[in-house]
Amino acid sequence: MKKIEPARWMLGTHAWLVYLFIYAPIVVLVVFSFNQERINAVWTGFTLDWYVRLFQDAGMLRAIYNSLIVGLISTAIATVLGTMTAIGMSRYRFPLKRVFDSVLYLPIIIPEIVMGVSLLVFYVFIQFTLGTASIIIAHVTFNISFVAVVVRARLAGMDPWLEQAALDLGATPFQTFRYITLPLIKPGIIAGMLLAFTLSWDDFLIAFFTAGVGSTTLPMKVYSMIKFGVSPEINAISTITLLFTMILIFIALRVEGVTHATKTMD
Amino acid sequence: MKRFTALFLITVFTMSCGGTPEDESTGRLASHLNFYNWSYYIGETTISDFQDMTGVRVRYDNYSSNEEVLARLQAGVSGYDVVVPSDYMVEVMISLGLLRPLNHDNLPNIIHMDPRFMGLPFDPENRYSIPYQWGSAGIGVNTARIPDFEESWGLLWDERYSGRISMLDDMRSGLVPALKLLGYSVNTTSEQELEEALDLMIQQKPIVKAYTSDTYIDLLKSGDVWIAYGWSGDIYQVARDNPDIRFFIPQEGTYLWVDNMVIPQKAPSPYTAEVFMNYIMDPEVSAGITNATWYASPNSNATDYIRPEITGDPSIYLSDEILDRSEFLQDVGEQTRLYERIWSRLKSH
Amino acid sequence: MSERVKKIVMLVPSAAWLALFFVMPLVIIFIYSLASRGPFGGVEFIFNPDNYVRVIDPMYAGILWRSVYISVISTAICLLIGYPLALYISRQSNAYRNFLLALLIIPFWTNFLVRTYAWMFILRTEGLLNNTLLYIGVISEPLQILFTDTAVIIGLVYTYLPFMVLPVYVSLEKLDHNLLMAARDLGATPLQSFRKVILPLTRPGVISGSILVFVPCIGAYITPDILGGSRSMMIGNLIQNQFLSARDWPFGSALSFVLMAIVLLLLLILARQDRKEEEA
Repeated sequence: MKKIEPARWMLGTHAWLVYLFIYAPIVVLVVFSFNQERINAVWTGFTLDWYVRLFQDAGMLRAIYNSLIVGLISTAIATVLGTMTAIGMSRYRFPLKRVFDSVLYLPIIIPEIVMGVSLLVFYVFIQFTLGTASIIIAHVTFNISFVAVVVRARLAGMDPWLEQAALDLGATPFQTFRYITLPLIKPGIIAGMLLAFTLSWDDFLIAFFTAGVGSTTLPMKVYSMIKFGVSPEINAISTITLLFTMILIFIALRVEGVTHATKTMD
Repeated sequence: MKRFTALFLITVFTMSCGGTPEDESTGRLASHLNFYNWSYYIGETTISDFQDMTGVRVRYDNYSSNEEVLARLQAGVSGYDVVVPSDYMVEVMISLGLLRPLNHDNLPNIIHMDPRFMGLPFDPENRYSIPYQWGSAGIGVNTARIPDFEESWGLLWDERYSGRISMLDDMRSGLVPALKLLGYSVNTTSEQELEEALDLMIQQKPIVKAYTSDTYIDLLKSGDVWIAYGWSGDIYQVARDNPDIRFFIPQEGTYLWVDNMVIPQKAPSPYTAEVFMNYIMDPEVSAGITNATWYASPNSNATDYIRPEITGDPSIYLSDEILDRSEFLQDVGEQTRLYERIWSRLKSH
Repeated sequence: MSERVKKIVMLVPSAAWLALFFVMPLVIIFIYSLASRGPFGGVEFIFNPDNYVRVIDPMYAGILWRSVYISVISTAICLLIGYPLALYISRQSNAYRNFLLALLIIPFWTNFLVRTYAWMFILRTEGLLNNTLLYIGVISEPLQILFTDTAVIIGLVYTYLPFMVLPVYVSLEKLDHNLLMAARDLGATPLQSFRKVILPLTRPGVISGSILVFVPCIGAYITPDILGGSRSMMIGNLIQNQFLSARDWPFGSALSFVLMAIVLLLLLILARQDRKEEEA
């Protein structure tokens, strides 16, 4: 091995400092989910009460369920549509391409409240019953753009000759897509998907305007509860979310690691 | 994907199911009632008791500001049977034709209500609204830090407590201390008077820690803030755990608010909504809400069931003298723009 | 399948979706922006271009300027912090890389408000940060960070950092390592190969990252409220106020269109410069 480059050493330190920054508030909220005190100001003692309460709170459970449904479905639709758009935009020329390009960016740059209010007015105008479906549609609308932007960053500068070569070698367009394009842009798609779910899971304002009776999502629930500061109950739900996503992601990484290993063995 | 679709369809289906409709002529209630209320604004068993008594399932959703509800109703959202807007907002909603007149035959419990809170200017004959709870804004003080003080709005301008003061973050209630200190009405539409109030607010800004309508509870408790301008019930939440916190109503008078139950124009089950409103006006039920929220009840006959430490507190049940010097906030119509500008100027300073 | 059919299949679904659920609602709001506020805050359809004239008011322009300023600083800090992190992640082995990426995303699945409140706890006068620093002896007086612009910027950087790291990482990850090898073989120092090879090739990532951070920053309203103590408005708060407390939907709509126009203009300038540099 060569001597350790100073740059590498610095990059590593920097990375861990950033992670410290990211996790500092997370540690705080996890700790406070076990606090006896109702208001987050001071530590008074350990308790699991808030977790018990959480599972007895039907409204809260309902909100979690609603958020999951909205997040999963809107992410699925937006990922497919967004990826298609990104590929289409990078590959084809068509009239009004510039216009479409700007429209694609608009959902990202529009103030959330305007998007919420405009959709609300629109739904009422076309007599669309507000409920879970109306939130999903709203989330898909902004997520298409986010997915498309991330996937396009990946596509930009991708070697076009790879696809051409596959086609020249007799691969069908579908095969070319499946074995050449898709693997190449996969990291972009995954990143876009993660971003989309995160945005949907965390959105308060647009969901607030487009939700119907009984389709309160988790951020809406939290927002209405926040009046007396973050109650430990809200911290508890965040802690559970954290734990759950960590387990999920690490299982996914594990599986991917294993398939990766078997592939290399073949 | 298939599983997603199935799950999606099921959810959409269960959500759009309204259940059985009501029938006023036979007195049959709807199977569901959609109640949209402020958060933390209900007794511990208020809803479950109603469900047990009538068999109606209550879907209970929460909001945290009048304007949020208005925006939704104004856009034409239907589905809510009972909503609880504050005084001035009732006036706005009536003017915009968003509310449904009440059938008083279904509201016999109205006899329990305190006449002082009936027939208020925003709805003179209670055609649309029934009071739910009332309260006032005042000042919470950490007496461990500030043992001696005068019970005046002037405390919020005391430079000795620079960086330890919090103010309500709203263009209407936020201006109340300044207006009251100057001796003006909280509903003034005089540009001159509002300019003077703005000068006071700008002068105060350097010593204000934060403008907030919710986190002050947290800040008061943690000791970051010693003097907080806020609502009685909120500050009592802190005072219950920390005996050093005292709430008072400044002698200059304050603004009062009363939240009211109303039925939106497009409510699916207005009859069931009236049965529910009548239930809330039951003295014991009404007392149950006050015992949980520490806001005053507009129900005269509820007093016997309310904990004495609440009814005996002059900062919750205000003295007639202070009541005389206090006002309700009224919608100022076109002049809202004036308030908006004043408030934006304060925030851009 | 002909090219034409493929084109339609790829682009029409999302174009139709956006036309229906985005452009149509936006058209309604645009009509609102030219209407008048009724005495009780209803929207009256009387033509009133004044809403756009009001935007020019120096006071509102000042609020807009402040928002741009805070957003630019936040975006710059995100880039300064996020780029090296993305670089570090992209240099790790496959499995470890995914682990680091996951670690970056996971906290963001907890609620935004909850995270922001946690920052309040850390930054307050008697908070975690001050107590720690006082204990170590770095400072002798508690720092007043909460309810200042610094706190707002910390909150914004915290919230939108992954929006910078992800696109930059994606563009770094597809970088052809042979190019770096070539650069080194030709005698480039690490700094030179970074400046001449890595940086230009990751430009698209940096640009989309900056957009993804800058835009939500400029519309932010909760962070300035909670961490800034609502002492100074940002344009997001101003728009929010029009739709809620002032109940002036026409003016709120006009403000939103002006904001969108400005952001769009910035993006266009950025895109044009980018194209110029590519051509050069």
